[in-house]
Amino acid sequence: MDRFEYIEARLFEGENYLKRDKNVKIYDGDDKTHFTDGEVVLTTHRILWGKPGDIPKGLVCLSLHLYYVFCIEEESGGVFGLGGPKRILLHLGPALPGKRPGPAVVSPFHFVKFSFKDGIDQVFYKALTDAVAAKAWERPATISSPTSVTSSNASSKPTVTPVNSKIRSGIVGIERSIEEQHRATDQSISVAFQDLKKLMEKAKDMVAISKNISTKIRDKQGDISEDDTVRFKAYLMSLGIDDPVTRDAFRSDSDYYLGLSQQISDMMVAVLMDCGGIMSLADVWCRVNRARGLELISPEDLLNACKLLQTIGAPMTLRKFPSGACVLQLNSQRDEEVAKTTCELLEENGYLTPVKLSQIANVSVLLARERLFTTERLGMACRDESIEGLAFYPNLFLREAS
Amino acid sequence: MRRHAGVGAIQKQRLQQEKYREKGSEIQENQFQQMSKQLEVFRENLEEFATKHKNEIKKNAQFRRQFQEMCAAIGVDPLASGKGFWSVLGIGDFYYEIGVQIVEVCLATNYKNGGLITLEELRTRLIAARGKAKIHQEITNEDLLVAVKKLRIFGNGFTVVPMGKGKWLVQSVPGELNLDQTLVLQKASGLGTAWVSISILIDDLGWTETRAQNALNHMVKEGLAWVDTQDTKETLYWFPSMFSECVAA
Repeated sequence: MDRFEYIEARLFEGENYLKRDKNVKIYDGDDKTHFTDGEVVLTTHRILWGKPGDIPKGLVCLSLHLYYVFCIEEESGGVFGLGGPKRILLHLGPALPGKRPGPAVVSPFHFVKFSFKDGIDQVFYKALTDAVAAKAWERPATISSPTSVTSSNASSKPTVTPVNSKIRSGIVGIERSIEEQHRATDQSISVAFQDLKKLMEKAKDMVAISKNISTKIRDKQGDISEDDTVRFKAYLMSLGIDDPVTRDAFRSDSDYYLGLSQQISDMMVAVLMDCGGIMSLADVWCRVNRARGLELISPEDLLNACKLLQTIGAPMTLRKFPSGACVLQLNSQRDEEVAKTTCELLEENGYLTPVKLSQIANVSVLLARERLFTTERLGMACRDESIEGLAFYPNLFLREAS
Repeated sequence: MRRHAGVGAIQKQRLQQEKYREKGSEIQENQFQQMSKQLEVFRENLEEFATKHKNEIKKNAQFRRQFQEMCAAIGVDPLASGKGFWSVLGIGDFYYEIGVQIVEVCLATNYKNGGLITLEELRTRLIAARGKAKIHQEITNEDLLVAVKKLRIFGNGFTVVPMGKGKWLVQSVPGELNLDQTLVLQKASGLGTAWVSISILIDDLGWTETRAQNALNHMVKEGLAWVDTQDTKETLYWFPSMFSECVAA
């Protein structure tokens, strides 16, 4: 146990990520330690152990240099060794001077054990023996000490992992190359998410990887999540606005609202066409903000911007129903257009009640009735109000008189 | 090359193919698991970054776009502010973020609840979609109510109806856009009876009782339906607009 060091989970120059596993317990010799249920990451140079999630975040974890390891064994768990090997036993050389502080200063044992709750992953075991055999730390330039990172010069090419050098063929080869791809991806993810600066540098790759992962998962199980909301969220966010209008960019509020109004109009045209030409303002607010990402606008700003839609000649307008509900409506839903289409439906059906129209046009009864009233107001329908209810007929005066 | 022949060869070949297929699906399964793991790592990291580095991300326009793309691909919500000092005064993005998420939950579920959802369910869903971190668990019903209040300026298209005993119902679809009444009418004409009852709507359309009652009450108020309490089991709602059709049929 005295060979371990405390160190932040970062890869050294020339060090490569190999494999990871979880639910791992460390034994100091034969004794249990309090390092249980952790995650191990195997690199070409070291074995890292940390609490779940700590290693990807680059927090402090335990590190054991592989150059201490001179022999590896598998040890069976359980009384009768049932269920396959559960522990990897590492025989270690003496602690070297100049080592960073670790969890123990001295230890009577010259071996440690890693106990795998779910059994030893043979791929992990193989990678470990390979890494120890490859002795990547003995290669030039990069020594496995963080102080030497700065001194390492251009000659320090990334160390070639043993798997890389083999010629691949057959199924095993395919498996290996898939494995290797995963490993590379794993590594680039963990590097990119070390801090914000790194993520910004690698953002393009990460976007590609994230899309790749989600496409693959979608192929396999239909969608990235069972949750309706998460799916919908992902969909809304994918319709992003590249350059959201912000208040800071404008000198006056009115300019700002004009700009916002234009952007809303551009964005909502397609959406409105998809969903029947009408949408409540709360929906619009949600969609606009999702598309803007982190630059939220307030409901007040949205309302003010929507009031200007007509001024900028947008193909939609803000509309307030008698009930008080505000909606955004495509201009094709304007009175004249509505009257025209309703009139055509009247001709087709002979007569219409709000109920009937609501079923034909697939709109609410309230809206259907309003459409009929509009048509009537423009002189294209005639009302028949009787004990059986309200019905509308085509205006024959228009046609027959001419 | 020697040609295989006979039943044995065919069986052998079949066995081989079987094995290849098995191996293939095994590899696929493996790959899928790896991908799922990476998805998890991504999700955790993105959630954490969204909480910690919001302002830095906002500043850089290009990166902001990329961050959004990643969040969209993985299904992480970039809006993850905690209730900060300013939000107590109603300033800051916290309540707007919650507002966006509330509307989102309503939109995502209204295909099955017709735009009516209890505040409890709304909260559960909202938190689940927000992420696993602890700050998300601390969002209370009161926070949701404050956030919904901010939507009031859109008229009464999005309202909270008190149900008593600290229970609330959130209605996200204004009457003008609500298709429930149309569905009720379709059901009644489909049955050919010119009447429906609440239990029919619950059983056949899979609605909740509140939703059914709401729709029918509206129709009675609008004069589209007539109430009939003569039935011993439950109230029936008749639609006079269908009388002639039903009589003629």
